[in-house]
Amino acid sequence: MKAPRFAYIRPESLDEVLELLAEHGDDARILAGGQSLMPTLNMRLSRPRLLIDINRIEELKGISFEDGTVRIGALARHGEVMTSSIVAEHLPMIAEAMPHVAHVAIRNRGTFGGSIALADPAAELPACAVALGAEFVLANKRGRRNVAARSFFNGLYETERADDELLVETRIPAIESGYRSSFMELARRHGDFALAGVCCHARVDGNVLSDVRLAYFGSEDRPRFADGASAAAEGKAWSEDVKEAVKTALGDDLDPIGNFHASAATRLHLARVLTGRAIDRMVAAG
Amino acid sequence: MAEPEGAVGRSLPRSGARRLAFGRGRYSDDLRFPALLHLAFVRSPHAHARILGIDPAPAVAAVPNARVFTGAEIAEICAPWQGTMDHLPTMVSPPQHVVAVDRVAWQGEPVAAVVAASRAEAEDAAGEVAVEWDPLPAAAVRDRTLDEDVALVHPELGSNLCFSTTIGTGNSESALDEAAHVVDGRFSFSRHSGVPLEMRTVIADYDPGEGTLTVHGSHQSPWHQQDTLSRYLGIPEHLVRVVAPDIGGGFGIKLHVYGDEIAVSAVSRILGRPVKYVVDRMEAFVSDVHARDQAVMARLGVDGDGRIRGLSVDALTSLGAYGSLGRPPISEGMMTIMMAAGAYANERYDARLRVAFQNKPPSGMYRAVGQPIACAVAEQLLDWAAHAAGIDPVELRRRNYWSDEDYPLRTPGGLAIKRLSPRRCLDKLVGMMGYDALRAQQAELRKTGIHRGIGVATFLEMTSVGPAYYGPSGAHISTQDGATVRLEPSGTVRCVTSVIELGQGTHAALAQIVADRLGVAASDVRVVGGDTSTTPYGGGAWASRGLTIGGEAVWRAAEGLRANILELAGSILQADPSDLDLARGAVCDRGTGEPRIALSEIGRIGHFRHDTLPPGVQPELAVTRHYVPDAAPFALANGVQGSSLEVDVETGEVRLLDHWVVEDCGRIVNPLLVEEQIRGGVVQGIGGALFEECRYDEDGQMLNASFVDYLVPMAAGLPDIHVGHVETPIEETALGTKGAGEAGTVGAPAAIMLAVNDALRPLGARVTSLPITPESILEAVAAAERP
Repeated sequence: MKAPRFAYIRPESLDEVLELLAEHGDDARILAGGQSLMPTLNMRLSRPRLLIDINRIEELKGISFEDGTVRIGALARHGEVMTSSIVAEHLPMIAEAMPHVAHVAIRNRGTFGGSIALADPAAELPACAVALGAEFVLANKRGRRNVAARSFFNGLYETERADDELLVETRIPAIESGYRSSFMELARRHGDFALAGVCCHARVDGNVLSDVRLAYFGSEDRPRFADGASAAAEGKAWSEDVKEAVKTALGDDLDPIGNFHASAATRLHLARVLTGRAIDRMVAAG
Repeated sequence: MAEPEGAVGRSLPRSGARRLAFGRGRYSDDLRFPALLHLAFVRSPHAHARILGIDPAPAVAAVPNARVFTGAEIAEICAPWQGTMDHLPTMVSPPQHVVAVDRVAWQGEPVAAVVAASRAEAEDAAGEVAVEWDPLPAAAVRDRTLDEDVALVHPELGSNLCFSTTIGTGNSESALDEAAHVVDGRFSFSRHSGVPLEMRTVIADYDPGEGTLTVHGSHQSPWHQQDTLSRYLGIPEHLVRVVAPDIGGGFGIKLHVYGDEIAVSAVSRILGRPVKYVVDRMEAFVSDVHARDQAVMARLGVDGDGRIRGLSVDALTSLGAYGSLGRPPISEGMMTIMMAAGAYANERYDARLRVAFQNKPPSGMYRAVGQPIACAVAEQLLDWAAHAAGIDPVELRRRNYWSDEDYPLRTPGGLAIKRLSPRRCLDKLVGMMGYDALRAQQAELRKTGIHRGIGVATFLEMTSVGPAYYGPSGAHISTQDGATVRLEPSGTVRCVTSVIELGQGTHAALAQIVADRLGVAASDVRVVGGDTSTTPYGGGAWASRGLTIGGEAVWRAAEGLRANILELAGSILQADPSDLDLARGAVCDRGTGEPRIALSEIGRIGHFRHDTLPPGVQPELAVTRHYVPDAAPFALANGVQGSSLEVDVETGEVRLLDHWVVEDCGRIVNPLLVEEQIRGGVVQGIGGALFEECRYDEDGQMLNASFVDYLVPMAAGLPDIHVGHVETPIEETALGTKGAGEAGTVGAPAAIMLAVNDALRPLGARVTSLPITPESILEAVAAAERP
């Protein structure tokens, strides 16, 4: 398949990008790593009039740490995130998730910002962002705003980003002392979109959990923060009984969407199994 | 006595691989043609519909250089064909247009061909062709296709039944009634396809000046193409030339004649310009032939000692809307019922086969045709019977193989067997696996909640099918191959073969055969092929026939050249040719091995210094020979595969730990190539066992027509595949080889299914549908837990 005709522009500055977005809005698509966009074009599932290539915009690149927050530029490649010492030290959940993000060739080009902005419900990074309380910085011609990850994802490929806005960076609080993370996913093959995936983050004191944050992907039309399951573990000493309570509560938190790879019931079952294992591992890691 | 250098039997690296590694591969899509037009197809979005009208105007309005050809226009110069076979008078197969006329019978059937100056423009224009549809109900639910209330794929046939037959001895039911232990199962094998890395590609160039048609394409059987193009386009056969350059895999998918490919030549014929068409991946899933898609009910009875008392098999193969020209679509099912449990002594066997049409892409041959199904069904039943009888599954097999004194024999399924070596293969495999230690480890781990499984499956691989089958079918399929071997003036050798190289390395093995016969280094032999205008006529690459048939032709041609060289050397040396031999690039004395004259001297004199030869000596330094395997209907290879894996019974994940194969493909020309074939075959078998499946909804829409959702095995999830060999050369040929290309694919699904069920046995759970998925394992475990 060959892509339908489109115009292509490669601006040299962020202002230029925002100007173009203001002018073209939904008729334009941002080209970052192109790992989802290009197949979509070649399969003629999307027919934008204009591609705005942001790969020359320096201020969208890089990973940095300041004042307890990790900043991941929208153009940071998955491969860069995967090998980043900042991410390894301050965002162990993301470091753990990265090897599950597609395959080497895709990670070499695909970007962190692209994964967030696309909002594929089976993707790992949006759920990590939700679990870790990340904020996304959106810019348009008129200014910038920060949107919390938990209120950013609206549905299948749907987000709070307006047509004239560009996701410029993600800001994620660094892991604090006493906290631990755990990430697990199941896929038919390594690197595939998940059948079920869980991101756990909590303060772990001995085997007592607090500030528990459980987020799921590969389940619904968007990453899901599990309020009930998180609450069921809150303040509890981790035990088989608590594990069962968490798994039970998860039934009210998640309403998985089935497809031919796995039914809704199987996805819920797998999310429950993974949750138990992920918290087991998180507690045992101490 | 001086022995030839003996290149046969050595693990020589293949020269072709080095060329590809240097980036010098030239696949069809890499070739450049002047004044080339590009073609794209409008394909049916419906599984079954009437075409009420096709309006090309919007397409031409959008892309002024485009031209649209409807099925009716193409039908004016290309007659429809019928996939019927003379030897199967009860098999029905309706006429099939190369591009649909009036009615489509599967989602993806070509409806119009659109040519333009570039592929992108052809696709732009194709997207604008306005087709008016009248959708019809479709038969698309497998296993229900023969039900009364299901739509008819071809209403004029009055039924969706393509073919049915029964074979056997008629006494299996009573034998099963008397058996000490009877086990049964309902097995299901998904529809899948071969998904070669390189897409089907064709560039057709009709030259109106000479009336010639030259087609470059990625095809396993250019001769079949040449014949079809000549007959259906009405171009004299000697004016049709088909060239197969580098081919990036075929797996059977590319041995068929496709309507869309013929249409490309038809369009070139109309326009008198070269036209290129490359199937894209999404089109491939709905236009490449599909295979497998079978439901099998089977029962096996054994006596108290675990000896087979009887077996019955009832198979339903779900086809697509059509078969293929010259390639009967019933083979998948016929191989299943003919070959089930063929390695085991059994005199009571009955089987029924029904083959039904569906509104899905046409069915055809995919690596190992039906044999993985035969193997999986029989081997699983044997495993269950072993446990029912309280006998180790490996021991049960040992007790049941045909004995050496039984050969030659004809199985109750109708399989003629000259000789097999399953016991030797099994003994070797058990040693390689460390079977007893694995069983002990399995028992230990089970105490800690870890579910390991071991599967050991015996397989037969029917290879190198001969004229006894294809001759009476009336199909224009040659089961012969040919070769020309020529001594160059410098003493090096060129071999021109009808064998098609599609990545399997056969040409490297042919060089070894020539080297062996002529006493030269394999690197001094150049093998070329893939052009119907310059090579001897042949069959092509299918049925694992390259070495057994094409290799024998090469052997014979090289033997002929050897005799001619010795005769010429005799007149030069004034020696008796029978006192001479060939070794290390020279003619030598047969008794002492002393070199007498270099081959380069023979070449120089034989080509340039005829003036120095005695009068009447006519050097013949090129010899052509053909070989057709006329002494046996096929060459039957055999072997045993073993799988060790772990099942996570909470998540349904299967982790493959190790895989072993011991195979007997007769004489081995190059162990490295055989092992590559076995490993690649096992990987495709793993695909069939755990991943590959064309998913359809009830309306006949394919749900997973991309590599995102049609899963194939990937390197990271694969176990080590250990390969061992047993060599039982066949006696009908000088070379003694049998095929090896499909063995891995035949046995791997069985070994894995057995191992999964072995792991699940303590839970009382069974899976009998391939592919085995996490979900199917969880469902089986849940079903076993229910009271």
